[in-house]
Amino acid sequence: MSEELQELFAKLPEYLGGHLLLSVAAVAAAVAVGVPLGVFARRRPRLAEAAMAVAGVIQTVPTLALLALFLLLMLPLGVKDAFWPAFLALLMYAVLPVLANTVAGLRGIDPALVEAARGLGMSNWQTLWRVELPLAAPVIIGGVRTATVLVVGTATLATPVGGKSLGNYIFAGMATLNHTSTLFGCVTAALLAIALDQLVRLLALAVRWRSRRLAWAAAGILVVALGVGLAEPTSRRLDGGNRVVVASAAFTEQYTLSHAISAKLEGAGFRAERREGMNYGLLYFALQQGEVDCLVAYTGDVWSLLMKKTDVADRDTTLTETTKFLEGDFGVVCLGQLGFQNNYAVAVAGDRAGRLSTIADLVADVHAHPNRRLRVAGDSGIFHQTEWRRLKEKYGLRDEEVETVEMDPSLMYAAVADGRVDAAIAFSSDGRIEPFGLQLLVDPLQAFPTYDALLLVSRRAAARPGVLDALRPLVGAVGQERMREANRRVDVDKESPKRAAEWLLRPNR
Amino acid sequence: MIALDSVSKSYDGGKTFPVRDVSLMVPAGEMLVLLGGSGCGKTTTLKMINRLVEPTAGRVEVDERDVSGLDPVELRRGIGYVIQGAGLFPHLSVGDNVAVVPRLLRWPAARIAARVDELLELVRLPPAEYRHRLPGQLSGGQQQRVGFARALAAGPKVMLLDEPFGALDPVTRDELRDEFQALRRRLGLTAVMVTHDMTEALLMADRIAVMQDGRVLRAGTPRELLADPGHPFVESLVAAPRRHAARVDELLTNPHGGPLS
Repeated sequence: MSEELQELFAKLPEYLGGHLLLSVAAVAAAVAVGVPLGVFARRRPRLAEAAMAVAGVIQTVPTLALLALFLLLMLPLGVKDAFWPAFLALLMYAVLPVLANTVAGLRGIDPALVEAARGLGMSNWQTLWRVELPLAAPVIIGGVRTATVLVVGTATLATPVGGKSLGNYIFAGMATLNHTSTLFGCVTAALLAIALDQLVRLLALAVRWRSRRLAWAAAGILVVALGVGLAEPTSRRLDGGNRVVVASAAFTEQYTLSHAISAKLEGAGFRAERREGMNYGLLYFALQQGEVDCLVAYTGDVWSLLMKKTDVADRDTTLTETTKFLEGDFGVVCLGQLGFQNNYAVAVAGDRAGRLSTIADLVADVHAHPNRRLRVAGDSGIFHQTEWRRLKEKYGLRDEEVETVEMDPSLMYAAVADGRVDAAIAFSSDGRIEPFGLQLLVDPLQAFPTYDALLLVSRRAAARPGVLDALRPLVGAVGQERMREANRRVDVDKESPKRAAEWLLRPNR
Repeated sequence: MIALDSVSKSYDGGKTFPVRDVSLMVPAGEMLVLLGGSGCGKTTTLKMINRLVEPTAGRVEVDERDVSGLDPVELRRGIGYVIQGAGLFPHLSVGDNVAVVPRLLRWPAARIAARVDELLELVRLPPAEYRHRLPGQLSGGQQQRVGFARALAAGPKVMLLDEPFGALDPVTRDELRDEFQALRRRLGLTAVMVTHDMTEALLMADRIAVMQDGRVLRAGTPRELLADPGHPFVESLVAAPRRHAARVDELLTNPHGGPLS
């Protein structure tokens, strides 16, 4: 087996266990909520309609948004784990198929049978248990199976809110263009969906055939599987006093840096637990609430996203102001700059760069060719941010002169290089700028703020002796070129982020 | 004995009455047939006897006890109930269907098993062959036999039957009617049966009550109704069986004649 696959398999107990626990809990809860609700609503058409409408509306909410919403709602309640928000969101998704099928199954029963049951002297409960539920069971179980497959697929989205799931493979794979990892996550998630679906079928058969042996077998498999799922978090909890949670967003340098931070912590005797590929916006709040202990943030984001500033300040002002804000109002510990910036920058293909050196040159070129529109690629966030609006304003680029194309950062450099787009809103620490022969344009009017990388620690973790000391050597240790080279090793050479982190931590030669 | 005293039923607070002011008496061991077209109130009247429907006014007595004072579930367990198409539970075997009421009454398992076999014998379905079958594997007539066995399981003295022969083919229907009559007489059951078939009523009833628009138009023995219908609607109902009988009689007494004009 290749080293790459070995690394993936090594994380399987942790990710599969988390995924399994989340899925089984959500489906079980959906049955516990959906079936009684369906029973209660079976002769109350208006209630059934209302419940289905609510459940249906919930299903139209993008899963990630629902997960993030629950996380943000539950953080102030002292919930430090992504399990509960993810569980609640999945439960709300899974209730609809269970509820709908329960109502449909019960309503589909010949009313004469219910009448016969009552006429023979069954109480309402006896009619329900002995006649209605057994007759509706095949339809209800169909709903449970739909819910199971739905939940297993959706549980991959627990990753961006800091949960552990097979989605960790997928998000990490997508961010670092590691297709093996992405595929591995998809395949394992699909296999898990099939396995759990068959398990539900087995339980249903056990009930239908009244086979105690089959029921025990199915229950046994479930218990063993849950045991595996619980083993990892339990051992983690037992080891809790020594644990430091290192979070990272879903882009290359974040994965690499989280490995570097983990290595430093482990070198000092802590147990580093990585929450990888979290949603970027949620990271800050998770840190503020102490759900995670340590991460790398960027001054420009703090400036515009957290401080809600709409203007741009010079680098030093940005740095002092954001540090003051983070340590004061926001309530986290800012250990210092790592030494590199990850700024937004306009990248163009090298052959055009000869004629263009600043953003103003590029805009002038656009104005010179009024019949051609400038095609600009960027990640999903940038075109909705003030930075983009400000760029257009400051350089006099009109909306009708430009066509924006949203794409994953891992794809946009190639798009610039082969001419599919004219320019990309790139990241200045990205390792792919050089290999693709791209050039970053100068931003003389300071349309983009500066994004110095900061090492942040939660107050809770900072209060623990040794944590800050372990991390301090990283401050000022990661210069622009070193970060770019580490990123290039992952994105271009396909090194694992862990390897790149080892390279990054090696003393300067 | 079953007695209905000025029983009425309204679902809309007294604006309309699907059953209005019905008074009937069924002496022990006799069979009363409630006869009428659809919507005449015959089934509602039947269901008020075992409280599947609660009367709006009036009084229902079974064995000289006012049913409104009894627990409806207990009451129903003591009354056999047979419906059109048998209404067997499709997820339960024949044996389990017959055992429904004994199980509700928490009989010991051995007694239930013995009773199931006894009843299947009674309705002429060999237990060894039929006990484990599912209702879906039986013919309509066989299903209704199981329906009768299920209704008789706990040894009721009173039976309510809602068009029990309605879904059967004519040959099976005739055969099952005769068997049921024999069984009923042997067990001394008091019964109320709902039907819209006058011939069936004439052949089976001790007394017939003809209903229309929620009221009893005419009640009497089959002979009384044939001799004196007393109402144009009843007259029209007995006309067909009378004509059929005359035709058959003609064919029987004059075996060599030609077709009737």
